[in-house]
Amino acid sequence: MDFKRTADVVVIGGGVVGCSVAYNLAKRGCKNVVVLEKSYITSGSTGRCGAGIRAQWGTEMNCKFGIASIEIFEHLEEELGLPIGLHQGGYLVIAYKESEFDQLKKNVALQNSLGIKSKVISADEAKEIVPILNVDGAVGFTFHDRDGHGDPFLTTFAYAEAARRLGVEIFTYTEVKDIIVEGGKVKGVITDRGGISTPVVVNCAGPWSKEVAAMAGISIPTYSERHEALITEPVNRISEPMLISFTGNFYIQQRPHGSFIMGYGPEEHEETHRVNSTWVFLEEMARKLSNLLPPTRDLRVVRQWAGSYNMTPDAQPIVGGVEEIEGYYMAVGFSGHGFMFSPITGVLMSQLVLSEELDLPIDMLSYKRFERGELIVEPAVV
Amino acid sequence: MEKFTDDDVIVCRCEDVTLGQIREVIRRGYTDPEEIKRITRAGMGPCQGKTCRDIIIREVARITGKRIDEIPVPTYRPPSKPIKVGLLAEESD
Ligand SMILES: Cc1cc2nc3c(=O)[nH]c(=O)nc-3n(C[C@H](O)[C@H](O)[C@H](O)COP(=O)(O)OP(=O)(O)OC[C@H]3O[C@@H](n4cnc5c(N)ncnc54)[C@H](O)[C@@H]3O)c2cc1C
Ligand code: FES
Repeated sequence: MDFKRTADVVVIGGGVVGCSVAYNLAKRGCKNVVVLEKSYITSGSTGRCGAGIRAQWGTEMNCKFGIASIEIFEHLEEELGLPIGLHQGGYLVIAYKESEFDQLKKNVALQNSLGIKSKVISADEAKEIVPILNVDGAVGFTFHDRDGHGDPFLTTFAYAEAARRLGVEIFTYTEVKDIIVEGGKVKGVITDRGGISTPVVVNCAGPWSKEVAAMAGISIPTYSERHEALITEPVNRISEPMLISFTGNFYIQQRPHGSFIMGYGPEEHEETHRVNSTWVFLEEMARKLSNLLPPTRDLRVVRQWAGSYNMTPDAQPIVGGVEEIEGYYMAVGFSGHGFMFSPITGVLMSQLVLSEELDLPIDMLSYKRFERGELIVEPAVV
Repeated sequence: MEKFTDDDVIVCRCEDVTLGQIREVIRRGYTDPEEIKRITRAGMGPCQGKTCRDIIIREVARITGKRIDEIPVPTYRPPSKPIKVGLLAEESD
């Protein structure tokens, strides 16, 4: 494929967010969209993620982003014409502390007020959903049946292929080295394969969001944090929902093909681009799993890996443009929920770039909130 | 009777992926073994592609006309052999 010299929009990053943004731009009639990816599609956080999808959140914004994305995920295979591996077995949230359970109950009330049909359930009901669940020590549970998980690879490739069908050009192994800004306007990008002139760039660089923003002279307080995960051999279905606990610090899911995928948040929150795996994680995760689902003791772990959460000071994303530069946009800093928010993010970003009316307000996701001290406090994160 | 063809050959025994499926994604434009692994799951099984990886790289080379050494090779990830959850959990007790 010949390299492009001009574009109407350049999307930087071939993860699920960049591919969703590019697809939605093309779907809304934007011609000449180019995606630049320094490695292969899904090589960043996306290909290393748990791909959990939920609407059980503790802030109005996250609930709205969550349920809007679930609604898109539910019809995405039809829309894109390719499988995305969606499994809606619900999220079963487990509280081990009374204070935590109180918060979960408040979250459910908020979710219900926004039309999300989540509920507080008893230990017996939890065991009906997952018969092998060890409920020792748990003080309460909440459940929402439309939550679930997808396949991050299939979803991203589906967005990318659908985007290509609509004329989007995707260049892999192409790194953006600089963004050209003149007179307060974006003029183009410089890559290791040459320059592309464009009036619009969308920074969807995931773990490298800060570095890419700096190319345009924009300073954002994002940083990357290493999170580990592992997968077991496949077995018959024994656990339908995603199991998650904020104080228990874990998420555990069984994929439709039978493998369990799981992870937990790191002890120290070090800023790093490293994605190496550790033995400590393997042992600790195995302990959490075998305690929660005792029959899994006989399962074999086949692979472990790590990836980056792109963090912000309030663990909420930055989505929008900037006052200083016309044509510069970003959708970054998704911490542990960029996969589940990618469908609605693509829609909103494309509406913003094309000056259309937005389906949901995004003002509170501006990067200026950190200067203004208007952080979004979300009580429900791993 | 339907004829058994090359396409029916299972290249990835761990994840049950046939040569036909690999050829299909190559035809759809996926020529990077990293992407082929992630879209078909070939190479993600318990043996982590020790059996199937080279077959896939050869198929990409054959169809695209590229040399084997021009094709990026997926990485092996730990553990190098599957380990039981129970055994790992005991170690941390
Ligand atoms: C272990 C783990 C578990 C997770 N679990 C979940 C979960 O259950 N649910 C959920 O919703 N989210 C989860 N996440 C978070 C999720 O993975 C991310 O939020 C999401 O994938 C972000 O997508 P992205 O497209 O923004 O970033 P990425 O997938 O990282 O894509 C960014 C891309 O930009 C490219 N790039 C960067 N710089 C340049 C440049 N200069 N030029 C060209 N290309 C460039 C990179 O190579 C990369 O491919 C998890 C993450 C991890 C690590
Ligand atoms: S044969 Fe493909 S992963 Fe084992």
